[in-house]
Amino acid sequence: MSQAPTREVAKRVFAREFNDATFTFKESDDERAPNFALLPTGDRANRVFVVGTLTETEDIGDESEYWRGRVVGPTGTFFVYAGQYQPDATAFLRDAEAPEYVAVVGKPSTFETDDGNVNVSLRPESISASDENARERWIVETAERTLDRIEAFEDETNEYAEMARDEYDTAVETYRREATAALDSIVEDGGETEEPEATP
Amino acid sequence: MSDLRDHAEDIHEQFSDHIDIDVDDVEERLNTLVDEYKVPLDEARRSVTSHYLDEAGMERDALGGGSGSNDHVQVADVDEDEQWIDVTAKVVDLWDARSDAVAQVGLLGDESGTIKFTAFASSDLPKLEEGAVYALGNLVTDEYQGDYSVKLNRTTTIEQLDEDIEVGDDSTTVEGALVAMQSGSGLIKRCPEEDCTRVLQNGRCSEHGEVEGEFDLRIKGVVDDGIDAHEVIFDKETTEAITGISLEEAKDMAMDALDTTVVADEIRDLVIGTYYRVSGPTFGRYVLADDVEQLSEPVDATAALERARSM
Repeated sequence: MSQAPTREVAKRVFAREFNDATFTFKESDDERAPNFALLPTGDRANRVFVVGTLTETEDIGDESEYWRGRVVGPTGTFFVYAGQYQPDATAFLRDAEAPEYVAVVGKPSTFETDDGNVNVSLRPESISASDENARERWIVETAERTLDRIEAFEDETNEYAEMARDEYDTAVETYRREATAALDSIVEDGGETEEPEATP
Repeated sequence: MSDLRDHAEDIHEQFSDHIDIDVDDVEERLNTLVDEYKVPLDEARRSVTSHYLDEAGMERDALGGGSGSNDHVQVADVDEDEQWIDVTAKVVDLWDARSDAVAQVGLLGDESGTIKFTAFASSDLPKLEEGAVYALGNLVTDEYQGDYSVKLNRTTTIEQLDEDIEVGDDSTTVEGALVAMQSGSGLIKRCPEEDCTRVLQNGRCSEHGEVEGEFDLRIKGVVDDGIDAHEVIFDKETTEAITGISLEEAKDMAMDALDTTVVADEIRDLVIGTYYRVSGPTFGRYVLADDVEQLSEPVDATAALERARSM
């Protein structure tokens, strides 16, 4: 029996960085090779895990239903699209009563708009009800993973950091500040002061 | 000096007491297999060794690893098949041997963890006692589906030591979100044949054919922390614990719906996206969940915030 391919890890990424990950690529010419979004902090993502607040759902389909959900994190919004090929997620969005906490496992997906912008969205493998504790856990975990990527960004052997430098203009400092702001939002009011905006 | 020469001399040393053997001849045989027939070196060495075993009329067991030349290893470090090793270990557990060919089977432990051992009746060794500590020389490692064990053989030396060993815990703990549930989860049927327990596919056991299965409950899930995706198997007890659905209730649900998949659907809704801490032994690529708890303690972001600010 052949070795099953290794399952892709679900990367943790905040909304700002996720929506900036407009460049996608494959690692091989094989038609069935997985698609990766290039994260601006220098990693590849074929799958992500998000916990946030589902604030709106809308059926934007013409003939068959096609649902869009807005999943809001502490620093931005993930757009989730589900249609006939994601029956469970579609059913969840149809029945959802926003606002509610949700956990989404999904694949990054890009599409180009008429005016030439690339929008990044999430094609769900699963959406399920979540809670505030899980949301905070996700924020801390996502901040840690983001900081891990930023720390590894200058490594000479980091091929995805090199790709990110070629493909994107935004400095990784932006995402460190995003992680800081996300953490700030859940640290209890104990005289914590906001970090002053760094000057570019 | 060529690598092959080293191996040839090794083999020569193993046999020189038993038969008239020439190093150049050994090297020549290795060379033919490796250079001419592109056989991997370890396979070539095995094949050449077999040739001399035949010639000497010896069993592989009788060779040993060359006296005193074995590595003394910790049991948790065993990660290669067919190695000759020495260990110092405590007999943690003795199990019932399922076959007459097996004299003893059980678990050996040292500071690093535990490993299964088998002693065959044909080796005619003194019996190991549960709880006793032994210096064991000349064991052979074995691998089955990614799991390692050691076999005692007729050359194995057994010396009981007057000491105790604090046996290490080789269970792992993983924390993360359960991001997927794989097929074969929920209400399943197992083969009722003694010692089989294989999961039935469409009412058939791959070993015993069509059988009247016995219901069981389990989850094959993926717990993902954003760094690694760990495959975890939750047995009936842990599945019941995290879902609140008992095997009896699951059977009722399936009976009402005339469909067993409703159980998996219900479980999926309950567990996907939830953070768990799971501990248990690893088996092949799976973690077998002995202990599971949903992560729900308050989250402290201050350490992460300090890290973010100091970068």
